[in-house]
Amino acid sequence: MKTICKGRIWRQAFRRSLPVLCGYLFLGVAFGLLLQQAGYGPGWALLISLTVYAGSLQFALVGFLTGGASLGLVALMTLLINSRHLFYGLSFIRDFSAMKRRKWYMIFALTDETYSLLLPIREYPEEEKYPLMWAVAVLDHAYWVAGSVLGGLVGGALQANFTGIDFAMTALFVVILTEQCRRAANRFPALLGGICGLLALILLGQQNFLLPALVAVTGLLLAFRPLMGDKNGQGGEAS
Amino acid sequence: MTPSDRYALAAVVLAALLTFATRLAPFVLFGSRSKVPPAVEYLGRVLPPALMALLVVYCLRSGLWTMDIRTLLPQLVCAALAAGLQLWKHNELLSIGAATGLYMLLVQRVFI
Repeated sequence: MKTICKGRIWRQAFRRSLPVLCGYLFLGVAFGLLLQQAGYGPGWALLISLTVYAGSLQFALVGFLTGGASLGLVALMTLLINSRHLFYGLSFIRDFSAMKRRKWYMIFALTDETYSLLLPIREYPEEEKYPLMWAVAVLDHAYWVAGSVLGGLVGGALQANFTGIDFAMTALFVVILTEQCRRAANRFPALLGGICGLLALILLGQQNFLLPALVAVTGLLLAFRPLMGDKNGQGGEAS
Repeated sequence: MTPSDRYALAAVVLAALLTFATRLAPFVLFGSRSKVPPAVEYLGRVLPPALMALLVVYCLRSGLWTMDIRTLLPQLVCAALAAGLQLWKHNELLSIGAATGLYMLLVQRVFI
């Protein structure tokens, strides 16, 4: 049995996670700054980034804390914003189960970016892929926490005006959406989601539109399923 | 601990638990079975782009609802910049950084 050099695994994981290092450091700092401006220091940034570990939700959370949103709203928004994570695990059921006790952390750490980094590693030979997946997940989390704490520390020290930095969250979603729409198969669902969102917003107002829009778009997507050429991975996947 | 700290802590704990729950759900629902229902697999493919579009609408909701040009215009311009840069350079950090930077500039200096 080939022994795997741990150093090599971590070095490989580091190389693979470099794009996430940059993204998470930048966004993490933005989050820490925003949180600090809202009156919650680096200790809070550490706690939140360590335990929640969900970029877009964390930005929204700052808004909730400032606005004194009800816990019910926090719960609803958490489920909505992170609902896409419901499907990430589907790709890793077998792999994570093979990782025994580490699987709990792997499940916890399944963010958009970690998910996309882990996908190609599934093809690796068994002795390599599990330590590598673990290392990538841990590194990504570390970058995020480090960025957040740094942002919290810096925010207190700098006198600059950070108004508008929360646009990073909007920009993040727009960029993810753009990437997804490069694939032809995703454009109709995206269009449907946008239309449902706009209609629901017009009809129900800012506070109440998200959940009905989500229900509507799910129902419509299921209704359109025969038209979408739904055959495991085929049909409409050309891009 | 002040009441507002207690509230903040409760919100964080709630967000952490529910986030973990969403990530855990597929393992709980489909961990023991080897076959995921085709409808679920289908949703797994089509919901992410639909949700992303919905979330973008959510982020722009205040400008869209009020149709206030001072709110809406910088948001739309910078969102377009993010999308355009991403299509051009395929660099997430650049797209997010530039769009956020421009937005901060517009909101602080131009659209008061």
